[in-house]
Amino acid sequence: MFESIDTSMIDWSRAQFALTAMYHWLFVPLTLGLAVIMGVMETLYVITGNEFWKRTAKFWIKLFGINFAVGVATGLILEFQFGTNWSNYSWFVGDIFGAPLAIEGILAFFMEATFVAVMFFGWNKVGKKFHLASTWLTGLGATISAWWILVANSWMQYPVGMEFNPDTVRNEMIDFMAVAFSPVAVMKFLHTVLSCWMLGAVFVIGVSAWYLIRKREKEFAVGSMKIAAWVGLFAALVTAGTGDKSAYQVAQVQPMKLAAMEALYDGGTAEPLTIVGNIKIPKMLSYLATHDLDGYVPGINNILLGGYTLPDGSKALPVIEKMNRGKKAIAALADFRQAKQEGGEAKMMASQKVIEENMPYFGYGYIQDPNSLVPNVWMLFWAFRVMVGLGMYFILFFIVILFLARKHKLSKVTWLHWVALWSIPLAYIASQAGWIVAEMGRQPWAIQDLLPLNAAVSNLQTGSVQTTFFIFLIMFTVLLIAEIGIMVKAIKKGPEESK
Amino acid sequence: MDSAYIFLQNYWWFLVSLLGAFLVFLLFVQGGNSLLFRLGKTDEERTMLVNSTGRKWEFTFTTLVTFGGAFFASFPLFYSTSFGGAYWLWMIILFSFVLQAVSYEFQSKLGNLLGKRTYQWFLVINGIVGPVLLGAAVATFFNGSNFIVNKANMTDQMMPVISQWANGWHGLDAFTDIWNIILGFAVFFLARLLGNLYFINNIRDEKLIPRCRRQLITDAVPFLLFFLAFVIRTMFKDGFAVDPTTQQIVLEPYKYFHNLIDMPVLLILFLIGVVAVLFGLIKSILCSTYTKGIWFTGSGTVVTVLALLLCVGYNNTAYYPSTADLQSSLTLANSCSSEFTLRTMAYVSILVPFVLAYIVYAWRAIDRKPITADELKEDEHAY
Repeated sequence: MFESIDTSMIDWSRAQFALTAMYHWLFVPLTLGLAVIMGVMETLYVITGNEFWKRTAKFWIKLFGINFAVGVATGLILEFQFGTNWSNYSWFVGDIFGAPLAIEGILAFFMEATFVAVMFFGWNKVGKKFHLASTWLTGLGATISAWWILVANSWMQYPVGMEFNPDTVRNEMIDFMAVAFSPVAVMKFLHTVLSCWMLGAVFVIGVSAWYLIRKREKEFAVGSMKIAAWVGLFAALVTAGTGDKSAYQVAQVQPMKLAAMEALYDGGTAEPLTIVGNIKIPKMLSYLATHDLDGYVPGINNILLGGYTLPDGSKALPVIEKMNRGKKAIAALADFRQAKQEGGEAKMMASQKVIEENMPYFGYGYIQDPNSLVPNVWMLFWAFRVMVGLGMYFILFFIVILFLARKHKLSKVTWLHWVALWSIPLAYIASQAGWIVAEMGRQPWAIQDLLPLNAAVSNLQTGSVQTTFFIFLIMFTVLLIAEIGIMVKAIKKGPEESK
Repeated sequence: MDSAYIFLQNYWWFLVSLLGAFLVFLLFVQGGNSLLFRLGKTDEERTMLVNSTGRKWEFTFTTLVTFGGAFFASFPLFYSTSFGGAYWLWMIILFSFVLQAVSYEFQSKLGNLLGKRTYQWFLVINGIVGPVLLGAAVATFFNGSNFIVNKANMTDQMMPVISQWANGWHGLDAFTDIWNIILGFAVFFLARLLGNLYFINNIRDEKLIPRCRRQLITDAVPFLLFFLAFVIRTMFKDGFAVDPTTQQIVLEPYKYFHNLIDMPVLLILFLIGVVAVLFGLIKSILCSTYTKGIWFTGSGTVVTVLALLLCVGYNNTAYYPSTADLQSSLTLANSCSSEFTLRTMAYVSILVPFVLAYIVYAWRAIDRKPITADELKEDEHAY
């Protein structure tokens, strides 16, 4: 009845997932970032009793509310798309991948949903302290949720803590702690969440700057900017540090991603880091990737052809050999299932042994063309530079804001207000670029080395996926325009006058 | 299979069923929204209705998400087979929930692009589509779906997909079985009853509330007809039974009736649930000052749905049967996660009572004062 997977259907499924994820990521960073900033403001209100901080916190909570719902809606779609569009994936690794999603629901989403309602509607219904706790718990819920979903994502980049079970034809979890506290997950969490705080800070500073341009709400704007700049500077520095550590991890666990990020086709020792064009820092790439100025960094061609020495002393296999071993594992799985039906105990054992030996290359068995293992180099190269470049810029940006705040000149430097306002879109661009590096760099794998996209997808008609893609595109775009419209109106109206 | 593993499968089926049961109760948000223009004759009345369910919608949404996540983690083969196969059925449900999620926050805000009416209509659409389709999807647990599962496909490098839908309709075929539609409508009218009962509990308004009580009668009749028809037919129809020794799936006459007889606790739960639903309903219709009907009908709903979902999964029953290939039907044992994963998550589930406790606490804190037209004028976050 069915013969082979339609490759354009895979592309449409990818496009649909990417679309949803990118829209989701327009809303989530602001949720995570604003949560901290308004939490600090409301805390100041509860400690000092100063109504100014209540009014300030309330204004940012209002913007938080406008932003929140679309993030929730797009998140729902992401979760269910693992089933609808990546059904084979859901079975093949669901035993590991499902758990963080379930835990996220039980521990994080209910916390968020419960306390967000208290935060919005509780001002006149619950006590000051209960309200403050609710504001922080809303942010904490969102942050715990980020933890678990990033654990799940990290596992796709660096699968650990599982073993393959030929009986059930899937990977099964054997070490929960290895999954939940994978070093890649810890770094990804810190890098991602702190970059969201940074985005939240840029947003608050940019909006405040607009009031200063309009010569309105001076006290409110300057107060907001100071808090945001401190949060932002701290976050930007941590983001830079964890970014460096993440790059080192990528070099270890996803060398192809690193090579593509650097557009490095033929690697070597003492590799320089390309900034752009011919501007290079000598030996820097080797240092970042191996923590050794003379370390060896493989390029795209080296990875395809193999033959270089890996950090553990063994020789890298050529991709063709990995593909052969993957096919061997898949064939042995077929033998295993046949032997099981026929009751051939000895043959089952023999097949299982072949599977185990070749399991690290299992996913390569579905690869038809070695060149398909190279991700989009141009996209990765530039996305990486945009992310890092803007990250550096934001560190400088926060320092300048704090310096001027100290000199009490924050409300007077008009050019900076314009810079701050136009920095808002830059923060979003940096954030999206980061995910492009992480996810485009994983291609063509759904799970690194274990499952390529063509073995992860559901078997649907291309037309169906195209149709849902366009429905989502129209729906999300309309909602985004509406959200921006509402946000702009709410900002123009400004914080409520204190009563 | 060792007994600890079997226990964990049953435990997780219980948790997933419990989440499903709470989800049906929380569909009062959708049911209430479907009545928005029928009950709310003026802008002010509609504002009260919207703000009443608007303080609870996140619970429904979160329960739906968690239901999905828990199902994924504990029975991943269901996740891949049903979601990947019945693509359109689930997609339409998801579209309607996306529209709902933004409609509360956006409807009264300046600059919202589409205008208040449109967002209110989004709520109505979700209020109808959500319950009907979710009900129809649950009905397929009893009536079967058209799919084939073959794990050996993983060894086919060109077409490795394990779960395949056996027709091109991808879930829309659920509507070719009248009994799926009947349960869909039963859930829809139940959601409306629950929505109405919640309004009666949560809003104080002299014109609106009597209208809600009259609407109860209008919705109670079709609900009872659809619900009883579905239950009676299900008790008499052939069910999908699993032979415990060979794991072969066979059609067994009166299977679901037998399940209730074999598991009298479920039968008792089911009966208590139905009585509670009816009690809350009838008392709210007869007594014009009674506002607590939602708690009887609501908890009755949870208990009834729980009993039905347990009935379709326990006692050697295939809970997601295939009409295309009987042996592809999903059972707790052939679709669940590994023992290790189920056990690990069982430890996490110990926190559930704690989660329930803070939900109840926060819910009460917000609902202490009923909604009135005057109160909404003072609330700065009112929709």
